[in-house]
Amino acid sequence: MSTTFEAVAEIISDTSDIPLEEITPEKNAFTDLGIDSLDFLDIAFAIDKHFGIKIPLEQWTEELNENKADVDDYFILGKLCDRIDELIAAKDA
Amino acid sequence: MLLEYFQMIDAVESLDTAKGSIVARADVPRESTVFEGHFPGSPLVPGVLLIETMAQASGFMLLARLSFEKMPFLANVTSAKMRTFVEPDEVLRVEAELEHDGSGFAATKARIFRDGKKICDSKLMFRIMPFPNDTLKNNMLDRYGEISRASAG
Repeated sequence: MSTTFEAVAEIISDTSDIPLEEITPEKNAFTDLGIDSLDFLDIAFAIDKHFGIKIPLEQWTEELNENKADVDDYFILGKLCDRIDELIAAKDA
Repeated sequence: MLLEYFQMIDAVESLDTAKGSIVARADVPRESTVFEGHFPGSPLVPGVLLIETMAQASGFMLLARLSFEKMPFLANVTSAKMRTFVEPDEVLRVEAELEHDGSGFAATKARIFRDGKKICDSKLMFRIMPFPNDTLKNNMLDRYGEISRASAG
């Protein structure tokens, strides 16, 4: 069974055509990997389906727009995977 | 269909907002300026307009689910197949269903049938965003009212 990060890295590689070896936990999806918001919709769709969750993109975007959060809080891949694990835990609770 | 005005759906035959599904009718006009160029002597509905038709069926279903509070904008044609030609004066059945209800986005699958035979299918993704203004919102509400009443009549 793959870890959350391994699964997310495969999704990003498949959807955005980025070599797997370039996708590491400390990378920011947007600023380091060059993923744009449209690409991220595909990624969010695939993550939602893979893990059976619903990434709260609208809430995150609102928090970013209101300067209540930093883009690194959600889109550094290691942190993104932490959020995904939290959503999985909440779903299973 | 008023191809020049991108009004692709003529009637909503059935709609299930809870399930996320819609069946609509699209009547291809006998004449349109679109056919003068596509193609001279051999008029065909352009494939992009068939994709638009599937997107609009999906869009009305999503609008109804969202109670017209937000607007779905086509963001990604993940796949689309045009299996045969569509000519003037044909009646099309358009089906769409919600594949995934994401946060700020939605994915649908849609198909077009003619005489019971599937002629197009697509996977589409939409961004769900606030209406940019009341003009668009009111236009969508009016248009939805028209095509809903068309099915009842």
